[in-house]
Amino acid sequence: MSPLRQLFLLVLPHWRPMLLAVLLGFFTVASNIGLLTTSAYLITRAALHPPVLDLMVAIVGVRFFGIARAVFRYMERYFSHDVTFRILSSMRVWFYRKVEPLAPSRLMDYHSGDLLSRIVTDVETLKNFYLRVLSPPLVALLTLMVSCYFLAWFDVRMSFLLLLFFLMAGLVAPLLIGWWSRPWGKEIVQSKSNLNALLVDSIQGMADIEAFGQRSRQLKKVAKETAKLLKLQGSIAKINGLANSLTGLCMNLAMWSILVLAILKTEQGELAGIDIAMLALVALSSFEAVTPLPLILPFFQESLAAAQRLLAITGPAGPNWHNRQENTSPQGYDIQVSQLSFRYAADSPWVLRNVSFTVPQGKKVAIIGPSGSGKSTLVNLLLGFFDYQAGSLKLGGREIRDYQQEKLLEQLAVVTQRTHLFNTTIRENLLLARPDASREELVRAARKAKIHDFILSLPEGYETYIGEGGFKLSGGQRQRLAIARAILKNAPILILDEVATGIDPLAEQEIMQDLYQLMQEKTTLVITHNLMGLEQMDEVIVLVEGKVVERGNIF
Amino acid sequence: MIDKRLLKEASKTRFYLVLTIGLGMVTGLIVVWQAKVLASIVSQVFINQYQLAQVQTLLIILLGLIFIRALLAWYSEINAHRVAARIKAELRQRLLEQLFQLGPVQVRGERTGELTNLLVEGIEALEDYFAGYIPQLVLAVAVPLTVLLFVLPIDRTSGLILLLTAPLIPLFMILIGQWADHLTKRQWHVLSRMSAHFLDVLQGLTTLKLFGRSKDQIRVIGRISAEFRQTTMGVLRVAFLSALVLELLATISTALVAVGLGLNLIYDRITFEKAFFLLLLAPEFYWPLRLLGAKFHAGMNGVQAANRIFEILDQPVQTSTAKVQGASLNQQRIHLSFEKVHFSYDQTAEIVKGVSFDLGPGQKVALVGPSGAGKSTLANLLMGYIQPTKGLIRVNGLPLESLAGQEWRQLVALVPQTPYLFYGTVAENILFGRPGATEAEVRAAAHRAGAQEFIEKLPQGYDTPVGEQGLKLSGGQAQRLAIARAFLKNAPVLVLDEATAGLDLSTELAVQGAMKRLMEGRTVFIIAHRLATIYDANHILVLNEGRIVEEGQHQKLLEQKKLYYDLVRAYGGCQE
Repeated sequence: MSPLRQLFLLVLPHWRPMLLAVLLGFFTVASNIGLLTTSAYLITRAALHPPVLDLMVAIVGVRFFGIARAVFRYMERYFSHDVTFRILSSMRVWFYRKVEPLAPSRLMDYHSGDLLSRIVTDVETLKNFYLRVLSPPLVALLTLMVSCYFLAWFDVRMSFLLLLFFLMAGLVAPLLIGWWSRPWGKEIVQSKSNLNALLVDSIQGMADIEAFGQRSRQLKKVAKETAKLLKLQGSIAKINGLANSLTGLCMNLAMWSILVLAILKTEQGELAGIDIAMLALVALSSFEAVTPLPLILPFFQESLAAAQRLLAITGPAGPNWHNRQENTSPQGYDIQVSQLSFRYAADSPWVLRNVSFTVPQGKKVAIIGPSGSGKSTLVNLLLGFFDYQAGSLKLGGREIRDYQQEKLLEQLAVVTQRTHLFNTTIRENLLLARPDASREELVRAARKAKIHDFILSLPEGYETYIGEGGFKLSGGQRQRLAIARAILKNAPILILDEVATGIDPLAEQEIMQDLYQLMQEKTTLVITHNLMGLEQMDEVIVLVEGKVVERGNIF
Repeated sequence: MIDKRLLKEASKTRFYLVLTIGLGMVTGLIVVWQAKVLASIVSQVFINQYQLAQVQTLLIILLGLIFIRALLAWYSEINAHRVAARIKAELRQRLLEQLFQLGPVQVRGERTGELTNLLVEGIEALEDYFAGYIPQLVLAVAVPLTVLLFVLPIDRTSGLILLLTAPLIPLFMILIGQWADHLTKRQWHVLSRMSAHFLDVLQGLTTLKLFGRSKDQIRVIGRISAEFRQTTMGVLRVAFLSALVLELLATISTALVAVGLGLNLIYDRITFEKAFFLLLLAPEFYWPLRLLGAKFHAGMNGVQAANRIFEILDQPVQTSTAKVQGASLNQQRIHLSFEKVHFSYDQTAEIVKGVSFDLGPGQKVALVGPSGAGKSTLANLLMGYIQPTKGLIRVNGLPLESLAGQEWRQLVALVPQTPYLFYGTVAENILFGRPGATEAEVRAAAHRAGAQEFIEKLPQGYDTPVGEQGLKLSGGQAQRLAIARAFLKNAPVLVLDEATAGLDLSTELAVQGAMKRLMEGRTVFIIAHRLATIYDANHILVLNEGRIVEEGQHQKLLEQKKLYYDLVRAYGGCQE
């Protein structure tokens, strides 16, 4: 689906409040036109010294438009913000709905926080699509139609003059400026990103810069790039500065040409002199609707780019699961892998090649091997995150690909090297594993994971907020919470994927020892690059470059 | 409203500032003149029934004014952007220099993200302040004043209406603005929490899925967004009242002026030309004030960014009392000694508590200890990034402080735990060790660091771009580049911070081999995480909670069966 079509589809359900906000926006502009034209009419009428009563309608009109303008402006701001938030909410839900079935296969490349925050920013950018892109031209169009209709009463040529300058200011000038500044724009983006890279290097690599005495060289580099950017920004300022002044120029030219036409018509007796002032002011005041138009293009491009990026992520559907069956359930809890081969894409190298092994029910098997040997891929296959191309991967006698993912994951408790803890209380984080767990069960799990005492030492115990903005946990504490979560889930099969990576060796040793206690009676698969504690396993499999090169007992 | 320190920055480009004010005043005059000409054209045609030919000159003058006004607006904008760009460039450079003065320890860890953001986005936020807010502020003063100057002598009532409402607009803007700001700030907190929630959910999507709870989030996201919208709209309902009041002031007074003028006209107390002139001026009077309101918010973002920028610029910098030239030291025989060194970032918690040791020429001293013991702080002290709060570090008997930081670091090569790769080619990254080196020297250094083989396999060999926007290298590869850098620098003293994270075995061996070659014939201080490295050391220091708790040779320490014994057992998992 094209990003534009997708954008329209997303805002379409909100057409009613959007329409209301557009109408209110139009009324705001129209009230201003009304205020100025009735004022002009009032003064010109008064100059002819009529009885005061004759002016009452105009006086009431002036006052009415004066108040209406403010009220409409208020309502317009209120309702357009309301719609914007509604759209934002839809966008979030839409994106989440799209991306949820794809996780984690599609989000693998987005693991770093930076890329994910860009997704969040992209979604928030889209909320401007209505406010900055859709609404202004609609308001402008309505204003133009009504103003032209009004002018046509006097002379249709005036309508055409207004239309001409309206289009010049709202359409031709912004496009021209956009086209003209384009080559500079590209250079500026390039120069900015170079400068950013230099600045990031300066801050993050400061220790290295100082250690090698490169400070002044780095500062010179930054100064040079800044000077280049400064020059480019100077050139583009000339073009961009035109935008505002062109709008003003078109506005005044429209007024001037309509004025000349009106004088000519008065001279020919086709127009009453009383209308001249009014017509000039209609032309001037209707241009208020043009002011936001030059900004549409950049906002439009921004929204489109954001939508494109989001669609690229959610893009073509994930693994093909058409043979998933409703009621596949495991017969026992063993894992059988035979002649399993897998690659991420048809044109990429095989990650697993003819891998075969078995984890009998209640036994413990470790897979070791250097990084990049395919260990973690194996776990991803077991969790049903990717589909395998050849061989078989069975859990409880059934092919993994036959399971419904929820059903499959119910059988597995997983602790990975990067367990995510949510920005909420410790209790909520634990409850994720089993929402209906009682307080006692929670404490029992925490005790088993040897984290209970630590939790109690926190200011608010189990109610302590953790994560961003909350209490910062150490790597070991995080992993222990993750383990408590796995205990609470109490699934028959346990998968430990590099649990202790990145933890202080002393803490690592303790955690591993505690984990072996938990493995009793469970079917366990341990993924590690660490040779410690392997004597406790029933079998050890050595995986190198996707192949099983060795297997056996450590003794 | 006006930030004094920012204005001081602007005054450095004083010529442009004067120009901005001058342009604002000329704009005000042109605005009045245009209204005047328009009023007299309409009046002459309407009242005096002049023909087109008779107002021809005036119409041409009007056209001329229209073009001059457009040119003025254009030039003002160019000028404003130039001022802003200049100030931004200057401040950015100064901020960066200051950060270097503060040193890598100050900008370490979590602050790096925030500081990079300040250097990039924070400085950019000043654009709105200097290019948007300040020129508009000038216009908001110059145009209404000029208009008033012409209105008052013609019609006192209209003039008074404008005069009385004009100060009310900025006043209300500030009052309501501050109050609404307070509300919106609170709301921003909620908003950022909501964005954070969305990010949190995306980051934890796999975890949610593992526990079969990912589908629930569709409802939760919808619900939280809806709740947020409701509370926000409740606040905005009140906050937008500011817009209502401002708008009302402007439109109602325009209406009042119009009605007043109308009545005066009926009783012949004013001519049509003058009345129409005044009516044209009323909206021009309020227009810049209202635009100021629109730019106020963006301007305030700039002030907030400026506050953080000046906070950093105001931080005191350690000035070294460097007198001795590093070159005057005997480079071949560097003797380093820590004498009862203490260190704390703030006065409360000491990180290093009275550490003393000697590092003689050609010696290898290994530092081990649990994480958080203060190992990196000792390395930072040795590099001269921070100075001891108590005690002394001596180099060949001279206090380290008496050497200029850069001079001392000429004699030291550092291989950090996670080496930083700069955006540039592989060769440039190695050249970092000694920018003047020849290509052959770079290759030789890479060869000795065991990096030659993988570099040649890269798509563009030594010219492959790496770093932020280039090819991602693995931890082991980055380490070997850092070792190559150190080879190229060829300094007598070596500070090594071993990586904690496990590399796979073959890479591990390659890195260790390269490290071993690098250590030959140098004085080495090493933060060790590998058993093999510890075996090679002449002397081992065991650090715990900022103190040296054990020291000596491997075998002797092992026999004591204390902290060292535990540590070695834990490390043992990696090797054997």
